[in-house]
Amino acid sequence: MNTASNHDAHGPKSGIMRWITTTNHKDIGNMYLIVALAMFFVGGAMAMVIRAELFQPGLQLVNPHFFNQMTTLHALIMVFGAVMPAFVGFANWQVPLMIGAPDMALPRLNNWSFWLLPFAAVMLVSTLFMEGGAPAAGWTMYPPLVQQTGDAFPFLIFTVHLLGMSSILGAINIIVTIVNMRAPGMTLLKMPMFVWTWLITAFLLIAVMPVFAGAVTMLLTDQYFGTSFFNTAGGGDPVLFQHLFWFFGHPEVYIMILPSFGVISQVIPTFARKPLFGYASMVYATAAIAFLSFIVWAHHMFTVGMPISGQLYFMYATVLIAVPTGVKVFNWLATMWRGSMTFETPMLFALGVVVMFTFGGFTGVMMGTAPTDVQYHDSYFIVAHFHYTLVSGAVFSVFCGAYYWLPKWTGYMYDEKLGKLHFWLTAISFNVLFFPQHFLGLAGMPRRIPDYALQFADWNMVSSIGGFAFGLAQLIFLWVVIKAVRGGEPASDEVWEGADGLEWTLSSPPPYHSFNEAPKVS
Amino acid sequence: MSDAQSAYYVPEGSALPFVGTAGLFILFAGFGAFLNGVSAGSMAMLLGFAILLVMIFGWFGAVIRESEAGLYNDKVDRTYRWSMAWFIFSEVAFFAAFFGTLYYVRSFSVPWLGGLGSEALTGQLLHPTFEAVWPTNGPGQLGGHFEAMGAWGLPALNTVILLSSGATVTWAHWGLLKNNRTQFTLGLALTVILGALFIGFQATEYAHGFSELNLTLESGIYGSTFYMLTGFHGLHVTIGAIMLAVIFFRALKGHFTPDNHFAFEAVAWYWHFVDVVWLGLFIFVYWL
Repeated sequence: MNTASNHDAHGPKSGIMRWITTTNHKDIGNMYLIVALAMFFVGGAMAMVIRAELFQPGLQLVNPHFFNQMTTLHALIMVFGAVMPAFVGFANWQVPLMIGAPDMALPRLNNWSFWLLPFAAVMLVSTLFMEGGAPAAGWTMYPPLVQQTGDAFPFLIFTVHLLGMSSILGAINIIVTIVNMRAPGMTLLKMPMFVWTWLITAFLLIAVMPVFAGAVTMLLTDQYFGTSFFNTAGGGDPVLFQHLFWFFGHPEVYIMILPSFGVISQVIPTFARKPLFGYASMVYATAAIAFLSFIVWAHHMFTVGMPISGQLYFMYATVLIAVPTGVKVFNWLATMWRGSMTFETPMLFALGVVVMFTFGGFTGVMMGTAPTDVQYHDSYFIVAHFHYTLVSGAVFSVFCGAYYWLPKWTGYMYDEKLGKLHFWLTAISFNVLFFPQHFLGLAGMPRRIPDYALQFADWNMVSSIGGFAFGLAQLIFLWVVIKAVRGGEPASDEVWEGADGLEWTLSSPPPYHSFNEAPKVS
Repeated sequence: MSDAQSAYYVPEGSALPFVGTAGLFILFAGFGAFLNGVSAGSMAMLLGFAILLVMIFGWFGAVIRESEAGLYNDKVDRTYRWSMAWFIFSEVAFFAAFFGTLYYVRSFSVPWLGGLGSEALTGQLLHPTFEAVWPTNGPGQLGGHFEAMGAWGLPALNTVILLSSGATVTWAHWGLLKNNRTQFTLGLALTVILGALFIGFQATEYAHGFSELNLTLESGIYGSTFYMLTGFHGLHVTIGAIMLAVIFFRALKGHFTPDNHFAFEAVAWYWHFVDVVWLGLFIFVYWL
C-alpha cells in the first residue's frame, strides 16, 4: 500500500522542531513512551533510595523527611509520569492503526496533551530543590498533613492541574478518535479489545480528573486564601478531602489497569493462536468494572470513622468488582485452553499479569472486607497489594505491549534472548521484593516509615535485595529497546504468526501516515 | 483514494501547543512564586498569561482560517462536536466536585460537628455552644459574624437575566438557520449584553457581601462554598461572554452559513451549560 503519495507536504520536519511541532500520532506516541521510560527510571531511582534506607533498621542513608519525599514523589512519578503516559503512548500509536484511521482526530490537541506532561514533570521534580523540600505527605495529599509542605505546596497543586489538563485533553482526543475515525465496517463490537479498554478508560479520565483538580484547588485556597473546606474550625472536614480524592483515586487505579487488560487481551490470543474467548463478555466486564469504580471509593477510608451502614455498603460494592474481573481472568484462561501456545517475551509478561495481577486482586478482596481491613490498613500489606496490581498488573502490561509492538514500530525484531532474561529476572525479583511485604504488613509494620522495629529486619532485607535486583533488571529492558531501535533482524508486516488486526496489514515500521485510504473491515 | 477518509484534515505541524504550554508553565510558576512571597512572581504571571493569549489567538485564528477555507469535511465537523460535548462533560465533573462538597458539608460534616449520631460526645466536649444550622462559619466562628446572601434580590434578577440570554442565543440560532443575518447578529449582541449585565450584577453582589454582610472567603464553610461556587461560575460566564463576543464579531464579518456554523453552536452549548450550573447555584447556594 503506497501511502506516501501526495502527502509529502506532511512529512516530518527536521531537527528539534519536528518534535516540538509534530501533529503525527506516531511521533507523539514515541515522545510519550520516551518520557514514560525516563520517568520510570527517575521514580525507580527513588524506590532504590527507599529500599536502601529500609535495608536495615535504624537511620542510615537519608533523614526521615527526605525519605517521605521519596515515597511521595516515587508514587506521583510512577502513576502520573510513567504508567499513565506509557499507556497514552500505546494509545497514540495503536488506536489509529487498529481502527484504520489516518491519525488521531485532533492532531494539534494531541501535541498539546503531550507537551503539558514534561512541563508538569519538570515542575514536580523541581520541588526537590525548594525551601522545605519536595511534597512529603504521600501522593494522596491528605490535609492537614500536606499543608505542612514548604514552598513546594503550590507547585504540587499546579503540577496536578497541568497533568489533569494533559489527561483530559488526551482522553477527549482518544474518545473522539475511536467514536469518529473507525474504518467503514468496524462496528463497535468489532473493535480490538485494546481500543475498547481505552475508550472506557478515557471516559473515566474525563469524569474524574476534574474532580481531582477541584479537590486540590480547595487545598490551595485553604492554604492561601482562608477558606475552610478541610478545616473543622470553619465547619469543613479533612475527611471531605479523602472522599474527593478517592472519588478520583479509585477510578484512577482502573485508568491504569484497564488499558493493561486491553494489552494482554491482544497478546494472549496471538500467542495462543486462538481468538479471544468471550469477546463480548470482555467488553461488558470492562464497562462493569468502570461503572463500579465510581461507587466504591470509601473502601480506601474504612478506618476514618464512617457509619457502619457506609462501611457495609462500600464493602459489598467493592467485593462485587471481583465478578467482572473474574470474568476477564477466566476468559484469558479459556483463550489459552487447548491453544497452540508459544512463549515469546510478550506472552511471558502477559502470563505474569494473569497470575500475579490476580494474586493482587485476591489481597484486594481481603482489604475490601471492612472488618479485616482494619488490620491491613496503612501497613506494608497494602503496599504489597497495590504493587502486585500496579507493577505485575500495569507495568508488566507495559512491558508486554512494548515487546509485542516494538517490531511493528521500529521495523526490527528485539533481542528475544535478552527479552526473556528481562522477564525472568523481573518476575523473580518482583516476588522477592514484594511478597515478603505481605508478611511485614500482617505483622504490623506501617507504611511510609524510614525506620522500623527489629522484628521486621529479616524480611525487609530480603525485600531490599529483591528491589535492587528488580531495579538492575530494568536496565536490560532499556538496552533491548535501544538495540531494537538501532537495528536487527527486519520484522515482517505480520511480525507474529498468530497476530490478527489492521495494524499487522501495514508495513513494519508503518508509513508516516497510517491509513490514507480507509481499509475495509468485513 | 476514497474521499471520505483522505479528505480528513490533518493539520501541518504547529508550535502553538508548545508555546501555550510554556505560557501556562510560566503562569503557574509565577503564581507559585507569588504565593511563596516572591513579588516578581506576579510579573511572571502576566508574562505567562500574555504568552497564553498569543497561543489562544493563534490557535483559534488557525482553526477559523482553515474552516473558512473549506478544509473541514463532515467528519471533521463531527470530531469538533464530539470533543466539545466531552469538554463540557469535564466541566460538569469539575462543578460536581464543588456541588458535592456543598452537599457533604451541609448533610454530614456540619451536623456531625453539632453532635449528630455517634458524634454526640465530640460535640459536647469540643464545642458545646456550637449549633449546627446552615449557614455557618463553624465552631471557631471564623471570619466573625456574617450574614448569608439572600436569594430574592439580585440573584433572582440574575436568574431571569441568564435564562433570557439562553432564549436570545437560541433566537439568534433560528435567525442564522433562516439566513436572517439581522436576527442572528442582534440575538448575539443581546446575549453578550445580558451576559455582561449578569457579571456586573454579580460584582455588585460581591461588593455588597464584602462591605455590608461581612461575607468573605474566610467566613467559614459558608463563605468558602459560596464564593468558590459562584466565583468559578462567574469565571465561566465571563469566558462564555468573551467567546460569544468573538462569535458576534465573526458574524459581522460574514462568517457562518445556515449549514456550517459549529463554532456558534459550540459556544451556545457552553452558554446553556453555564446557565444550567447557575440554576443549580440559585437553588442550592442561594435559595435552600
